[in-house]
Amino acid sequence: MKEIVVISGKGGTGKTSLTASFAVLGGQDVIVADCDVDAADMHLLLEPDFKVAENFYSGVIAKIDQDICTQCGKCAEICRFGAIPVIDGKYIVQPLDCEGCGYCARICLVDAIIMEEQNVGDWYVSTIKTGSTMVHAKLGIGAENSGKLVAKVKNEAKRIAGERQKDLVLVDGSPGIGCPVVSSLSGAHFVVLVTEPTVSGFHDLERVYQLVKKFGIHAGCIINKADLNAELTQRIRDFIQVNKIEPLAELPYDETFTAAMTDGKTIVEFSDGELQKLIRQSWEKIKES
Amino acid sequence: MMKIAIASGKGGTGKTTLSTNLAVYLSEKMPVVLVDLDVEEPNSGLFIHGELIHQEDKFKIVPEWKSNDCTLCGNCREVCNFHAIVQLADEIMVFPQLCHSCYACSELCPTDSLPMIPEKMGELREFQAQKLTFIESKLDIGQEQAVPLIEQALRYLDENHPDVDLKIFDSPPGTSCPVIEATKDADLVILVTEPTPFGLHDLKLAVETMRELKKRFVVIINRYGIGNDDVVEYCDGEAIPIVAKIPNSKAIAERYSRGELLFSAVPEFRTELDKVVDFINALHRELS
Repeated sequence: MKEIVVISGKGGTGKTSLTASFAVLGGQDVIVADCDVDAADMHLLLEPDFKVAENFYSGVIAKIDQDICTQCGKCAEICRFGAIPVIDGKYIVQPLDCEGCGYCARICLVDAIIMEEQNVGDWYVSTIKTGSTMVHAKLGIGAENSGKLVAKVKNEAKRIAGERQKDLVLVDGSPGIGCPVVSSLSGAHFVVLVTEPTVSGFHDLERVYQLVKKFGIHAGCIINKADLNAELTQRIRDFIQVNKIEPLAELPYDETFTAAMTDGKTIVEFSDGELQKLIRQSWEKIKES
Repeated sequence: MMKIAIASGKGGTGKTTLSTNLAVYLSEKMPVVLVDLDVEEPNSGLFIHGELIHQEDKFKIVPEWKSNDCTLCGNCREVCNFHAIVQLADEIMVFPQLCHSCYACSELCPTDSLPMIPEKMGELREFQAQKLTFIESKLDIGQEQAVPLIEQALRYLDENHPDVDLKIFDSPPGTSCPVIEATKDADLVILVTEPTPFGLHDLKLAVETMRELKKRFVVIINRYGIGNDDVVEYCDGEAIPIVAKIPNSKAIAERYSRGELLFSAVPEFRTELDKVVDFINALHRELS
């Protein structure tokens, strides 16, 4: 089984529109995982039926039983996150500040603090319009542990792929270089880097590629909006060559991306032309990589 | 004094474009500090060219195992809720990337075998460009947690520029912990979106987040003219003010691609930016 992860460093480069197009091109052969759990959008194009929905519990948060608390203040004193202020004479844990380390509960002299398991989001297994399966999720507001939810979504997709003897798992990764991206990348066989020829697009590509290199994963690159800035497109080509990244496609600046999305369709379903041909060719290269 | 965070659910909607243009434009009339809090992928610095006046490494505090008096009792491993400590046959291993610096292992160790030491997680730089002070914080590759660095950048701001009238934060995308950290002290959050289904979906998540945080927030629509009217209808329905609508334009995209600011070169952009400035001025009068 091969696991392909699409990431971009910078947001708004067309990553999700392209991943959804690949999901349609792959049809029944691919199990799809939307690991951009913080702002998951792929369901807007792939019509999932949300058939299986599960809560995701991860991490804990402190809660003080006011009937037992003697207001000694020890918990607030040791809390490095300033999560236990005194409000109206009572020590109250602020859920958004609490990191769930449990130190306070361990040192409370009267056992007034319990650590409650936290529902940090929901995850779903859906049949999508291609007839295949997508695993996706919704992270709760301000939740920690998005990396763990990413791992859950990905592992579930892999389990299903194994069960149904599918060869490909296609993962839409998250932006940035932090824990959700690290979680998306771990275990991947091939990374598709979607970038654009803007100073920020290139800067973010360089940063996220350093992370990919740490994992030692083979990568390919799609330059979207390649005609926006000829000089930067050339610099990205040079970067790709020097780092032995596989060039997958150079796509034109094309408002079909938006038009298709507005119509609830992927680019390859919306219309057929040069852009779609380039996307299909890059999908063939990705499959063979 | 006012703090304004520029945020968005979806990435790539124009947070950095707005933050940099707004900060430089306003700094022509008053002192402004811009802080790039998108520490994973900070981009504001690509648009602002000032003189580097200060640079420092930023550290998080993590435990380091000292074998000397350790009895391998296993207490540290047990108290760590983040699985950052592993006990092997005759040693303790610490995984700094997983550590949240809660100090529990260190302070609860009966033999003081886990002193807390600093580990570099990123860098902070301060630049001066005329009346604009620009602070950039950048996470090292391989570090997984953005929140401690965002927190330190904000602390640096408070300690070094307590009196500057206007502070603008270029925030990370999304709705999870880094966004909460970057917006929690703001007097106003400006959510930048685009009029597309992705833009609308992620805007709704951002709105939910801001309501949960009880933040005052407004919306700016970027690339106005593409997509459909759903974002406008949603904002109207929810009584969320739309402060400006920046038109969709390839000329803007091209200037952005080269790392150029827009307000002096693109009149239709400046018209919209003026609306944002008027809104900020009105709010400033209201708050002071």
